[in-house]
Amino acid sequence: MTGVDSTPGGVGDGAVIDSGAGDTAPAVEIDGLVKRYGRTTAVDGLALTCARGAVTAILGPNGAGKTSTIEICEGFRRPDGGTVRVLGLDPADPALKPRLGIMPQAGGVPPAARAGEWLRVVSRFYAHPLDPDALLALLGLTAHARTPYRRLSGGQQQRLSLAAAVVGRPELVFLDEPTAGLDPQARHACWDLVTALRDAGVSVVLTTHQMDEAEKLADHVVVIDHGRVVAEGTPSALTGAERQLRFRARPGLDLEELLAALPPGSAAKESPSGHYIIEGLVGPQLLATVTAWCATEGVTTEDLRIERRTLEDVFLELTGRELR
Amino acid sequence: MSAITTLDLTPRPGAAPLHRMVLAQAGAEIRAMLRNGEQLLLTMIIPVLLLAGFSAAPLVDVGGGRRVDFVAPGILALAVMSTAFTGQAIATGFERRYGVLRRLGATPLSRMGLLLAKTVAVVAVEALQVVVITVVALALGWSPHGGPSLGALWAVPLLLLGTAAFSGLGLLMAGTLRAEATLAGANLVYLVLLGLGGVLFPLDRFPGGVRQVLELLPISALTSGLRAVLSDGGGFPGGPLLVLLCWAVAALALAARTFRWE
Repeated sequence: MTGVDSTPGGVGDGAVIDSGAGDTAPAVEIDGLVKRYGRTTAVDGLALTCARGAVTAILGPNGAGKTSTIEICEGFRRPDGGTVRVLGLDPADPALKPRLGIMPQAGGVPPAARAGEWLRVVSRFYAHPLDPDALLALLGLTAHARTPYRRLSGGQQQRLSLAAAVVGRPELVFLDEPTAGLDPQARHACWDLVTALRDAGVSVVLTTHQMDEAEKLADHVVVIDHGRVVAEGTPSALTGAERQLRFRARPGLDLEELLAALPPGSAAKESPSGHYIIEGLVGPQLLATVTAWCATEGVTTEDLRIERRTLEDVFLELTGRELR
Repeated sequence: MSAITTLDLTPRPGAAPLHRMVLAQAGAEIRAMLRNGEQLLLTMIIPVLLLAGFSAAPLVDVGGGRRVDFVAPGILALAVMSTAFTGQAIATGFERRYGVLRRLGATPLSRMGLLLAKTVAVVAVEALQVVVITVVALALGWSPHGGPSLGALWAVPLLLLGTAAFSGLGLLMAGTLRAEATLAGANLVYLVLLGLGGVLFPLDRFPGGVRQVLELLPISALTSGLRAVLSDGGGFPGGPLLVLLCWAVAALALAARTFRWE
């Protein structure tokens, strides 16, 4: 088992103890991070911590600073301000390379290289790599082992890149939009792998646009926008315990009238048009009142349901609805 | 899902020994060079065709002596230029463009390790070229200075310094220009140096002043050095070695200062 051996002088056989702060430091520790490109400030005083052995999802709209942040952690870019520690070390520290697994958003593989050969070459850079063939099989790439990278589909290229990120048996894995462009089967294979990594004690930091991905995989979700953290917590803490009653009906119902029939403290809104959300003490009484009111108004509801807010709701509330 | 349980994902990080990383990467680079049709055309087919064509037919006046004795050393120099300069510049330029160099930078393979691997790969392909060209030239009747001699061993430092000089120039180009510009530029330079570097057309056909300048080109130094030690039985090729050394130092130093990895 992994763990910190605190016995004085007691380093067991075969144990790899990294002297210094490396072993107890968080996977990632960022404070006051600033990154500018010309006049654009992509990351603006961002602070976040990713725990060891956990899956951290970084959520944010396009241009929020997700990739800049992750690329600074990977050592690809230098920050303009602030401090970044990865496994307790400076991201530029070469000692970090074998301990990290990296999946960039795209590319990085010679177009003519055959998938299996390339993964084998990458595996040869590490002291105790996983068997490349087993990894190809796990990600459904065995049949494409001899296919040049440029002839793989987008999803196959993504999976090969994911394989290369984990082949060296890293302690910490950075995945930049790992499931972008994957079909449902491949997405689930990727999720299974991320879960298995976490169960094996690997720390995972991933960026994503997909709320269901963050909700399913992440122990900790960080929402960033305009280069700053706007919310963070477990998925359930972010969505809150509060329930909502939702239904669809013809647009333009008179909500004032409905509210009058509801218990005090309730709220009702139509967003977007034809989609209604009732908040408050959501229980049998409120449900009965709403359906009774609809009956007297002659309104047929569709998709009537009681549910917690989704991460998507939280996300849109925090980052707004306008297109980026 | 069941397959995942068979893989031990428990962290066990560590870098492989440098020689294993370098050999793995060099193997990948050699495979890439030998599988790439355009590269093979440049490094194998064109040199062999020029060797055969210019040895068999009286296309240029090489002065006295047999044509193949004049052409073969030139073709060896051309082979070094095609692999170390043109092929390497184009391949590295596109590796930069496709983020391959950046992706490799995230692995335990250091930049020094990558350069070592590229050097190993270039030298390995050049060795193959030398064998093929020598066999073809011998078949065409080449007799390097009437048989094996110790003086011919000077060809080795000439080839190595030539490789260093052309690699430096190739990396200088690949590390600063866009991939497309490198592709065009490296091919253009190849053609120009093929014409002006004494590979096939003797430099003494040019006017004196022009010739003195052309003799300072790395391709001319390599060609004349190889011709001196392989065909004319010359001794220590001091002049050509000095010219190549200057080019190698200058180009590699400049490439090291200006190379952009992404």
